[in-house]
Formats: sequence, structure tokens, C-alpha cells
Amino acid sequence: MMKAKVVVMPKAAVLDPQGAAVREAMRHLGMREVKNVRIGKYLEIDLERDDADVEARLHKLCRDLLSNPVIEDYQLVKE
Amino acid sequence: MKFAVIQFPGSNCDQDCLRAINGLDGLSAEYVWHKETTLASFDAMVLPGGFAYGDYLRCGAIARFSPIMNEVVRAAKEGQLILGTCNGFQVLCEAGLLPGALVRNRGLRFVCDMVNLRIEVADSAFTHDCAQGTILRMPIAHGEGCYFADPETLRELNGNGQVMMRYCDVTGATTPESNPNGSIENIAGICNRDGNVFGLMPHPDRASDVRLGSADGAKIFLSMAETILAGRARAAA
Repeated sequence: MMKAKVVVMPKAAVLDPQGAAVREAMRHLGMREVKNVRIGKYLEIDLERDDADVEARLHKLCRDLLSNPVIEDYQLVKE
Repeated sequence: MKFAVIQFPGSNCDQDCLRAINGLDGLSAEYVWHKETTLASFDAMVLPGGFAYGDYLRCGAIARFSPIMNEVVRAAKEGQLILGTCNGFQVLCEAGLLPGALVRNRGLRFVCDMVNLRIEVADSAFTHDCAQGTILRMPIAHGEGCYFADPETLRELNGNGQVMMRYCDVTGATTPESNPNGSIENIAGICNRDGNVFGLMPHPDRASDVRLGSADGAKIFLSMAETILAGRARAAA
């Protein structure tokens, strides 16, 4: 079985209030050196077959469904 | 004059929309389940508020692939009027019918409140019942209503008169305090380049009867009806 891992992150220009709140919590808990936190999504995708075009199709779905290119970037890693 | 109210699994303002539209003279509305594949018998369509598909992944991300959305996109390209309120606005952005995106409120909190909205475009298909600078009062109820667009998109929106309404205070000033969710330039609602697709985070459906605290939302539905009638008159002439 083949596995694909996708990380989706908000673009730098997009506000990430969750990340800012977590940064404050970390600093509050004593980790003063925390400068910035960005929160994204991590998806693990199990695939039954590794067809020749699977990576291209995954990239298409990363753009169309798994991320919104207006606000997010993604990284796809196939294992 | 028949409006379609699209029902996605997780829509929860479908009944509000239906009731608001049916309560207006000459207008009627019917539900259309998202698995349907035709909207041919309708004059306009409304994508209601709620949490389509539980807002999983991103708000509207899965709903945009519902079968009915092919018809909504086709109708949009043909110039039919399409209104998206709240979650419906998010679906229209995800579907690429409107530019930009809606992200988590800046304050992180779900905001449920009555807001003031300044009409920026008064001669549009959706707002010609309002004068320029009119302030409408409508409720909002959302966790992810912070409008975002990159600088180039924002320039286009402003340049083409696509910013339909902004959050403002009682005097009509678009202050940071009157911005409930951190939306860029206090933007509450935008339309597409052709002016026939309109999305807004506030709920006209929940502001169409004075007993609800405001009847200002009815102006949106009535403007749509007048636009459709004018279009029919032009076609007949």
C-alpha cells in the first residue's frame, strides 16, 4: 500500500489568529523564545494502488479540494 | 418569480431563506436538494447559511463539488442572479464564482450580533432598492467570516465596484471597532465582475421582518425580484 502525506499551511499574507493565540500560550508557559506559530493541516492518505498518474491526480486534488490556493500552500510527499 | 433555496447537508438557514422570500409579495421559494441536477425552472437561486458538510476541511470546500453546483456555475455564467449568505458566500468563494476567501475571525470567536452595513454600490442587481451610503442592519453569525483577498484582487474589487457592502458604525464610518471579524477593508459582501453573483456574511434572511429586529434584508430579495422583472421586460420588448 502506498501512502501520501499532505501538509497545508496558510500563506504568509493570511492572518493566522489560531497560531497567534498558541504563540501567546507557549510564551505564557515559559517558552519566551517562541517568535511565531503558524497552524496548518496534515493529511495522511492511504492508496490501494500506485498508478503512473497517481501523483498528478493527487496534485490536482491538492489544488482543487485539499487546499485553497487563495489562502493556502500545500506540500505533497509520496511514500 | 421563483427562487431556489439550495439545501446542502448541514445547511441550517434554508428555512429562514424560504420563509423570508415567501413572505414577500410576488416572490416564492422552493427547496432544491444539493443532489439535484437542474435549476431550469427557477429565476434566481440562494445558497443559504449553515455548515455544509460540517465545514470539514474548509467552509464550503466539499459543498462546492455537490452535483447542483454545476448548475449554479452554469446559471452564473448565463447571468442569472445568485445570492450566497454566510455559508453560501463561503461556498461561492470556494467554487471560484467570487474572488477571495473567508478565513477564521481575527478574534477567534464565533460572532453572533446585529451589525450596520454601508451600501457601497446602490445601482446593483441586489441593492438598487437602497440609496448610496444607506446603512442596513442585519445579523451576523459566523466563526469564519474574515474576508481575505490579495492586494491585486482587492484593487480589482474596488476598481470595478464589486465591494457591495462594508461593516460600519451607526454613522456609516468603517471603523476597526465596527469590523466584527477582521475582514480586509471592512468588506462584508462582494459581487462578481458581471454583478450577478453576490455573497455576503450577514443574513438578509434573518432580517426580513420588523419582528426580527430589522426588515432591511428584504431589500436584497426585493431588488433581485425587480432586476428579474426588468430583465423580462427587456426580453419582451
